[in-house]
Amino acid sequence: MPLLETKDLGISFGGLQAVDNVYLTIEEKEIVGLIGPNGAGKTTVFNLLTGVYTPTKGAIRFEGSSIIGKKPYQINRLGIARTFQNIRLFKNMTVLDNIKVAMSQNMKYSTLSAILRLPSYWREEKETTEKAMKLLSLFEMEDAADQMASNMPYGRQRKLEILRSLASDPKLLLLDEPAAGMNPTETHELMETIRRIRDIFGVAVLLIEHDMSLVMGVCERIYVLDYGTLIASGTPDEIRSNDKVIKAYLGG
Amino acid sequence: MGVDKTQNRKKKTALVYGVNFLLTALLFLLFTVLISSGSLSRLQSNLVILVCINVLMAVSLNLVTGVLGQLVLGHAGFMLVGAYTAALFTKSSGLPLEVALPIGLLLAGLVAAVFSVVIGIPALRLRGDYLAIITLGFGEIIRVVANNLDFIGGAQGLSGIPSPDKLTLFLYSSVLVILAVFLMFTFGRSRHGRAVISIREDEIAAESSGVNTTYYKLMAFVLAAFLAGIAGGLYAHHVGMVDPSKYDFNRSVEFLIMVVLGGMGSITGSIISATVLTILPQMLTDFDRYRMLIYSIILIVVMLFRPTGLLGRYEISVTGLAGKLRDRIKGRSRKKEEV
Repeated sequence: MPLLETKDLGISFGGLQAVDNVYLTIEEKEIVGLIGPNGAGKTTVFNLLTGVYTPTKGAIRFEGSSIIGKKPYQINRLGIARTFQNIRLFKNMTVLDNIKVAMSQNMKYSTLSAILRLPSYWREEKETTEKAMKLLSLFEMEDAADQMASNMPYGRQRKLEILRSLASDPKLLLLDEPAAGMNPTETHELMETIRRIRDIFGVAVLLIEHDMSLVMGVCERIYVLDYGTLIASGTPDEIRSNDKVIKAYLGG
Repeated sequence: MGVDKTQNRKKKTALVYGVNFLLTALLFLLFTVLISSGSLSRLQSNLVILVCINVLMAVSLNLVTGVLGQLVLGHAGFMLVGAYTAALFTKSSGLPLEVALPIGLLLAGLVAAVFSVVIGIPALRLRGDYLAIITLGFGEIIRVVANNLDFIGGAQGLSGIPSPDKLTLFLYSSVLVILAVFLMFTFGRSRHGRAVISIREDEIAAESSGVNTTYYKLMAFVLAAFLAGIAGGLYAHHVGMVDPSKYDFNRSVEFLIMVVLGGMGSITGSIISATVLTILPQMLTDFDRYRMLIYSIILIVVMLFRPTGLLGRYEISVTGLAGKLRDRIKGRSRKKEEV
């Protein structure tokens, strides 16, 4: 059974069929790329998978059960976490709190014990802080834990967003253009990071990216989207030599 | 080093708790003695109680407007609901006032909370500023309804509410303020509080980080309405009557101004501005006539030059100030050494 499977997935906004007939399968611990020209509908697919949009047709199965109609927070708790194309951090919260927000689903203490500061509050807060610091140490960001998220340089904000998505213990990580705005060295570093994340956390990764060196370097399989429909899928080598893909990217 | 840091943090937390507790207790005792000994005039004691009630209103409104980031334009409406509930209970229950008042206040909070659930569920399921619109409507409707219901006095309002002596009232309102402020701080630093703040910061990101946004929005809103209801109950017993025209849109705006001026999301900011804006009109007798005019001008000026309010999101802390002072002195002596 694949981790994630979509069948004939599609959504239309009024008369516009934004995404149509999309079949995706993602196995556990796989790194899969989703590429395509601007406006092909890649982010829309992400929004469908995370419950931001409800598909108008088709099926999405995660670990064998349908997730259509579930709210974004429910899907997150089931094990799909995401980052955003234009970084969406909790800007006026500390780096540590950004992570702790995503961890709160694993905390059990009640509102009452929070207000009265009962022992369960202190214990769970301490455990969560330790866990969050451990996560931060993955990207060597422990020193920034008490900083406001908005005060961090761009690259670190991107990393923080990835960490925040990892904080909710996902089984599938959706990365929306993680390399946007990064220089080649940083992109290369990110490539290593994505592999490391997969190995450490055992998550599957689906990533949207325009940087071909990153996609070809890290993805095991690639789906190509154009005008809302899949035009190709396969290994990086197959995609590189696919006529339809070349046509979609270069025109003609 | 890590262990050192956590131990330091623990020590610091204990210190902060200790200092804050001591200062609150001192302030509380000071006013209790002042009022019970008669050192404060009747007018001044009344003012102290009014300050407490307004702080309660401002702090609770801050939870929704500042911390959650949703505009509420009818906070006085919850106050009105609380005022009628508590007043009707103490008037008609037949219990002695010492027993009836606490029950009445609790009921006031609960009834206001029920109202907030009813209007909050449809408004808070959506993303956007719907809460502002719906609370604006609620505040006006509830006032007009109260104006026209004869069994609660109609436009003349409810009068002859048993009023306890000033000391008792002060004890009630000050203890409630202390509890509310404590609640705000502890709530804000818990997983629930973080969820609420994350919604203010970015609702979409909060939702996809596993935060049940509707639930937490409702939680903050209901908590705020509960406190406003209690404040209304206190106010009704403080003035001895409920006049529905006193809880109009202008009143709601006044509370909003307290929050905005003090700093959205800053509890200490709300306390300070609520205190100042309660005392100021009483000190300047002519001020009252031009109050709304001056408030609007102040609001425009603040929005132009300091859009986050006077304190922004910062909290004033005595220990923090002391620490800064110490650092500055240390820094100075270090500079001297370097020279």
